[in-house]
Amino acid sequence: MAELLRFATAGSVDDGKSTLIGRLLYDSKSIFEDQLEAVEATSERMGSEYVNLALLTDGLRAEREQGITIDVAYRYFATPNRKFIIADTPGHIQYTRNMVTGASTADLALILVDARNGIVEQSRRHTFLATLLRIPHIVVCINKMDLVEWSEERFEDIKAEFREFATKLEIGDLSFVPVSALLGDNVVDRSDNMKWYDGSSLLHHLEEVHIASDRNLIDPRFPVQYVIRPFSNEFHDYRGYAGTVAGGTMKPGDEIIVLPSGFTSTIKSIETSDGRVDEAFSPMSVTVTLNDEIDISRGDMICRPNNQPTIGQDIDAMVCWMTEQSKLVPRTKLAIKHTTRSARAMVKDIHYRLDVNTLHRDEHADHLQLNEIGRVSLRTTLPLFFDEYRRNRETGSFILIDEGTNATVGAGMIIGPTQLT
Amino acid sequence: MTTYQLSHLRALESESIHIIREVAAEFERPVMLFSGGKDSLVMLRLAEKAFWPGPLPFPVMHVDTGHNFQEVIDFRDRRVAEAGAKLVIASVQDAIDKGLVTEETGPRASRNRLQTVPLLNAIEEHGFDAAFGGARRDEEKARAKERVYSFRDEFGQWDPKNQRPELWSLYNGRHRKGEHIRVFPISNWTELDIWQYVSDEGIELPSIYYAHEREVFERDGMLLAVSEFITVQEHEEVQTLTVRYRTVGDASCTGAVESSAATVEDVIAEVAGTRITERGATRADDRTSEAAMEDRKREGYF
Repeated sequence: MAELLRFATAGSVDDGKSTLIGRLLYDSKSIFEDQLEAVEATSERMGSEYVNLALLTDGLRAEREQGITIDVAYRYFATPNRKFIIADTPGHIQYTRNMVTGASTADLALILVDARNGIVEQSRRHTFLATLLRIPHIVVCINKMDLVEWSEERFEDIKAEFREFATKLEIGDLSFVPVSALLGDNVVDRSDNMKWYDGSSLLHHLEEVHIASDRNLIDPRFPVQYVIRPFSNEFHDYRGYAGTVAGGTMKPGDEIIVLPSGFTSTIKSIETSDGRVDEAFSPMSVTVTLNDEIDISRGDMICRPNNQPTIGQDIDAMVCWMTEQSKLVPRTKLAIKHTTRSARAMVKDIHYRLDVNTLHRDEHADHLQLNEIGRVSLRTTLPLFFDEYRRNRETGSFILIDEGTNATVGAGMIIGPTQLT
Repeated sequence: MTTYQLSHLRALESESIHIIREVAAEFERPVMLFSGGKDSLVMLRLAEKAFWPGPLPFPVMHVDTGHNFQEVIDFRDRRVAEAGAKLVIASVQDAIDKGLVTEETGPRASRNRLQTVPLLNAIEEHGFDAAFGGARRDEEKARAKERVYSFRDEFGQWDPKNQRPELWSLYNGRHRKGEHIRVFPISNWTELDIWQYVSDEGIELPSIYYAHEREVFERDGMLLAVSEFITVQEHEEVQTLTVRYRTVGDASCTGAVESSAATVEDVIAEVAGTRITERGATRADDRTSEAAMEDRKREGYF
């Protein structure tokens, strides 16, 4: 059975990110001849000496003209074992919001380090954002090994330096691969130039990394998305609660409680149009029926009486601000979307702004502007049913929407209920 | 014993169903665009699954260029009836007759680009606030950058530089009156995923997706079918070949590929081994320039 693995990359023009992705796609036969011909023709026209594989991923006219990646691009390739979705994002600090976006759904982050330069500000920032977004696996590709004479010593030095910096971050799984994206060493096949390296090639690592344990299978959470009432003769009294399992597992017979009403019942069946299932888990989209008729609507949460999320209107979260049109300041009012629940929120307090390069906390900050991240307290008009983001990425995340422009202006990762002092 | 793992197709299916339900829950008047092509047939199946055992809570709409393959139109009508859905037709011919758009002339005339006007008019006339489309990100490089929820202003325009960030599975469908959202629930599917799903689910497709004999001629490296909608030029040689279609669009700009793949399994083997993208092989509309798709999307195209 082929599994799905989503990974995020971040990088700028010089660090070989596009070449690495191009290499993965090309060597796994996921680039097509007509795409390659178009890229070759454009490279030649632009006077480039070699085929610029970045043109494969830079899809917008403005990106090709300016030779930069502006936005998140999604790329796809597959091997017999796995299907991969790459969220390819620009690496410069001015595109922090795009990196956060690409990282939000990733199982794994690829961090690129130029072997000649070692760890630079950008490597630290990318790693920090990956850990902030709780990407469970981090792979550091130490690239351009061909330019440091395939030096094991250089690789080990960078690895040691990275490890030292990483001790301050919460990283679940960290690996290092020495590669030359340009020449293909250790990308798909093991390198003959680096016989001292006894680990996997990058692609082999991507195929084998264990992701099945990354989801929360402990805390049952089922945000009700849509109520199905067919009103047909065959299904006259049918009342099904449709949604996507956001945590834990659910089985027929389980005792449940519905939030916010507090009504309890037991699960009668878990259904899909292909038939009933014995057990549902994240991220399955299913329909749940209950043994009692109780009033449930979109935005309610089905969970277990002895395992409930936090219910509250005062929430502390790390927020990334994503617009240049306004700033986040105390008393800003916004729309908030959390699971299937929508409400309004007001900014009560900004605790600190985080410098994404140094991790320094500026506790005097009184606002957040575009691409800035900080710890914020919010008060919502309705209670939300939430978990810590570190415990559950689905029930621990929210977006903030400007009620005037309707733009998505903030992304939030919940730390917990606000500690009232 | 449950293994707590989903195959990639089940994970994609689940994501798509989540998106479709989200739209039905949050919008007042969604509509599903439906051409009778393989992607829209997969999307329709996903929509049926999302609301089972209830009916589809929205109509389907076909933008009919009037230059379609008859097999596909017959198939469309049969499939929509089977789904019990209401069919809205936005007609390019009507728009030409009313003088809203001008037919291109010459042997290379195509109605492809003309679809945008009747599409936007129908959205406005019916007050649709969300329109599902079956576009996939692997199809084309501008599409690779487009959101699942793609905001369109009151002119139906897409602004690629001003897209809303899209995080986790939280979609922002807020819009003002007159604006709408295009929703692409199968954004993350590839051509091969579609075919594997067609096989797994036993989804019936129009016959032109499978190998058949047809009178064709070569133009710009593509095999175009001889039909009443297209003028064969003098130097172009008509021959009968065994072909199939990888995409199904307007007959005047959709090319066939030589193929003997007569079953789903044959097609999967062929797609897995192919070295040319489906739009590259078969769509003249994307060959106009490197940004042809981006330009059309900015105008409000699918």
